[in-house]
Amino acid sequence: MAEEKVLSLLVVDDEEGMRMGVRRSLRHFSMKTEETGEVVKLDVTEAASGEEAIILMKKSPPDIVLLDNKMEGISGIEVLHWINGKDLDLMAIMITAYASIETAISATKQGAYDFLSKPFTPAELKVSVRQAVAHLMTLRQARELEREKKRVRFQFISVLAHELKAPLGAIEGYLYLLRDGIGLDDPAVYDRVVDRSLLRLGGMRKLIYDLLDLTRLESGQKKRELSDVNVLDCAGSSMETMKTEADRRGITISLESADEEVIITADRGELEIIFNNLISNAVKYNRDNGSVAVRVENEKEQVRISVSDTGIGMSEEEVEKLFGEFVRIKNENTRNILGSGLGLSILRKTASLYNGEVTVDSTPDVGSTFTVTLEKA
Amino acid sequence: MAEIKKVLVVDDDPDFRGQMEMMFSSRGYEVATSPGRKEAEETFHTFTPDIAVVDLMMENDDDGFVLAYRLKRKFPDCAVIIVTNVTGETGIEFPGIDDASGWITADAILSKPVRFEQIEEELRRIEGR
Repeated sequence: MAEEKVLSLLVVDDEEGMRMGVRRSLRHFSMKTEETGEVVKLDVTEAASGEEAIILMKKSPPDIVLLDNKMEGISGIEVLHWINGKDLDLMAIMITAYASIETAISATKQGAYDFLSKPFTPAELKVSVRQAVAHLMTLRQARELEREKKRVRFQFISVLAHELKAPLGAIEGYLYLLRDGIGLDDPAVYDRVVDRSLLRLGGMRKLIYDLLDLTRLESGQKKRELSDVNVLDCAGSSMETMKTEADRRGITISLESADEEVIITADRGELEIIFNNLISNAVKYNRDNGSVAVRVENEKEQVRISVSDTGIGMSEEEVEKLFGEFVRIKNENTRNILGSGLGLSILRKTASLYNGEVTVDSTPDVGSTFTVTLEKA
Repeated sequence: MAEIKKVLVVDDDPDFRGQMEMMFSSRGYEVATSPGRKEAEETFHTFTPDIAVVDLMMENDDDGFVLAYRLKRKFPDCAVIIVTNVTGETGIEFPGIDDASGWITADAILSKPVRFEQIEEELRRIEGR
């Protein structure tokens, strides 16, 4: 069922008959907003003068105000002026006794959303209110989205700062050790200090590169060079890149495909990002002497790439968390594995350029298979 | 000759663990390290620490508190120092140990990055009590 939202409408008019009329016309008001699908209803309150309106609005600002211009004491325009000064988040509809262009201009300048000239029919009133509601809801939704975007951005930056602080702290610690002369007379200790510092520096560099990849992908600034690319070639060169690390741990990487070549219109760099991410993860999270199987399937409309490992695997809960930015599965099997936590975000964003998807199938202690589908054209 | 003091360092960060080990060893301590709470508890039978340096957020966010509690119960004389990056990770400002000593059974809480000199200073303070 659609969610119901009640907006408050304040009608300000010194004629009691007018207020009654408005109240009656809007009694059964109900509309569904396009963006959120919420059903909006109205709660109507009345003010018999500009002064009363201001007192009421100070207490609780309405969402919509129907404002008669010509009143004893404070006029509608003056109320509108007051509303502007308070920067209230509402839509004002001016009611004017006669549609004079001067009033119209002056009200618009003060930020009135619409006007109604007396006498108006209930239908005219409803149309005007309906438009004001739609406009208000759109504005509020846009503002909400903007806030959410800022929040996500801020969160991203704080996590990023933390991810850079950790290796900095580690490297700093090693430098302090050297400064204190620790390890200088023991080659094993010295080597460890230097190797770990270099490793953590490498991790920082990788994070920064990943971040640049991600930023380029998100901003759409990276120029794409599309051409016919043999997916098997890309897989091969990526396997070559990972070979040193895989050999060191006795992990074999194999490529399986029923075809001699699998052609897709793509940016070669992007395909390499996909393979590098998939294969490096499959090596990183594998057990020593395990294996990695890269499969490329040539389907009619799409190419299906899957990479399976014989590694530590993941539980269902871990898989659910996996695709968030900077999410790194933290358990006893992964605590010595370094990573930026951005790889899968990059993978998913790159795949989305090909209307593709990334899925994962995993069993703890058995292994994981990541599958990426890419549309051919 | 004074008895050699034993230190248990528990942290899932191998760099911090290694650095503490090197620092303490260079100053003549006997050091044991564990990458997590469970492994640390397994050493309880064979290793009686005089000092424990424990990370707060390991596999679980409160592993350090749990471990500090169990350490103090098993080895009441052991000085327990919790080191944490919790402020950096969560934005939660931690109360000083004096405000929190009612529920945290540690002798000191230090924020990472932590210098070895800070740990030595805390140890002197704890010993002088």
